[in-house]
Amino acid sequence: MVGVVDYGMGNLLSVINALELLGADARLCRYPEDLSECDRLVLPGVGAFGDCMHNLKRSGMIDALDLAVRREGRPLLGICLGMQALAERGFEGGEHRGLGWIEADVIPLKPAEPNLRVPHMGWNDITVCNDSPLFRGLPESPEFYFVHSFHVHCRDESMIAAQCDYGGKFTSSVCKDNIVATQFHPEKSQYCGLKVLSNFLTWKP
Amino acid sequence: MLRRRLIPKLQIKRAGFGGGTTMILVTTRRFADVLEIGDPVSQARIYEAQAADELICVDLDATRENRPCAVDVVRKIAEQVCMPLTVGGGVRTIDDFRTLLSNGADKVAINTIALTNPDLINEAAKMFGAQCVVVSIDYKTETNGRRSIWSHGGRIAAGPDALAWAIEAERRGAGEILLTSIDRDGTREGLDCEFTRKVVGQVAIPVVTSGGCGLARHFVDGFLTGGADGVSAGTYFCFKDENPMQTRSQIANAGIPIRQQRMQSVSSVLDTITPITGWIRV
Repeated sequence: MVGVVDYGMGNLLSVINALELLGADARLCRYPEDLSECDRLVLPGVGAFGDCMHNLKRSGMIDALDLAVRREGRPLLGICLGMQALAERGFEGGEHRGLGWIEADVIPLKPAEPNLRVPHMGWNDITVCNDSPLFRGLPESPEFYFVHSFHVHCRDESMIAAQCDYGGKFTSSVCKDNIVATQFHPEKSQYCGLKVLSNFLTWKP
Repeated sequence: MLRRRLIPKLQIKRAGFGGGTTMILVTTRRFADVLEIGDPVSQARIYEAQAADELICVDLDATRENRPCAVDVVRKIAEQVCMPLTVGGGVRTIDDFRTLLSNGADKVAINTIALTNPDLINEAAKMFGAQCVVVSIDYKTETNGRRSIWSHGGRIAAGPDALAWAIEAERRGAGEILLTSIDRDGTREGLDCEFTRKVVGQVAIPVVTSGGCGLARHFVDGFLTGGADGVSAGTYFCFKDENPMQTRSQIANAGIPIRQQRMQSVSSVLDTITPITGWIRV
């Protein structure tokens, strides 16, 4: 079973729909005990970094996720804000502590070209950097749907799985041990997105 | 590079048959001359198969009929598509935002309520993030060339200056502007590129323009002359043989960055994806 962590942030229905379309048995996990039945986890999310961490903490999910992902090694896919939450610090509306599972900060997106708008919203192509399990079998320069104003700045570049160019390169996917994450929304990215989700579901870290 | 967006618009209203409980897909001309087309959910599925970049669904009469947006239809549409979905019509409160977002909408478009209670823009942006707050502006071109604002589905004059309103909407936290020219709606005579360009030049958030697409060239004009980030069309995709795939290739031929033609729709591609039955238990 795939657990989709529900901490009150964003459109979870689309994630569930996409996973079910792929034949997965997906369920929403609202309480820490819900995680125990799940073989792998998806941490989705849309919204502000501070609220995200506040909600995760309030629902007791931080410890439960730490146990399931870091100690028990269950595969986790972070999506959008769920990728940003993996970082050590986020700077959206002040400084907030993240989960700290990847050596990274979440900083504002500042495209070098002045005509590029923020939020970065729409379809953009990515360059896959390493042989990430998430992007196997995809066409060259696959396109995905992005919606975000902040991005994950990795201090350890070896975990960067894909980059995207929006007035300068930023990290659009990370992979570290049993954790993968995407800044874009695979559940909103039609063929390429479903392929990424499918790769996650069959991934053996 | 960021792609420009091709966005079919599903306009829905209560059907003239069956006691008005069924929501039906319609087209309009200058916000009137309503034509009933068919089932909005089937049409959404067609747009998914034709690889549209995004969908907009507007419940045309929700505000006027003083009822909430047709959430059950939104939910059914969301179940059929793997692409971003903007929903508008009948939104009044933060709770309405929450209801739509939890039923599959990625963005919520507000129009009348943004004019009568502009603080809702600020509150919704703070609560859910600017990226999901779309301020939809319906306007008419006046004889002096100004674009005046109209609310309640184009029925009530709501202000003299749509450009100033777009700027204020951004300042209050809107994440996207959706422009609709009432004069051009359903006419297929082309988009209002002049005004689109003005708005694009004055705000730093994405601008989607609509009203008047009748030829693939009109989309090209909207991107090149209007500078729009997205072009939305209802009538264009409802009546003619054109579909998002064909239109996309013409846009690409004009040198505009647009998502590549991928024939693989979600349903046709499931066969090519590794069956999930064997995924690994930890």
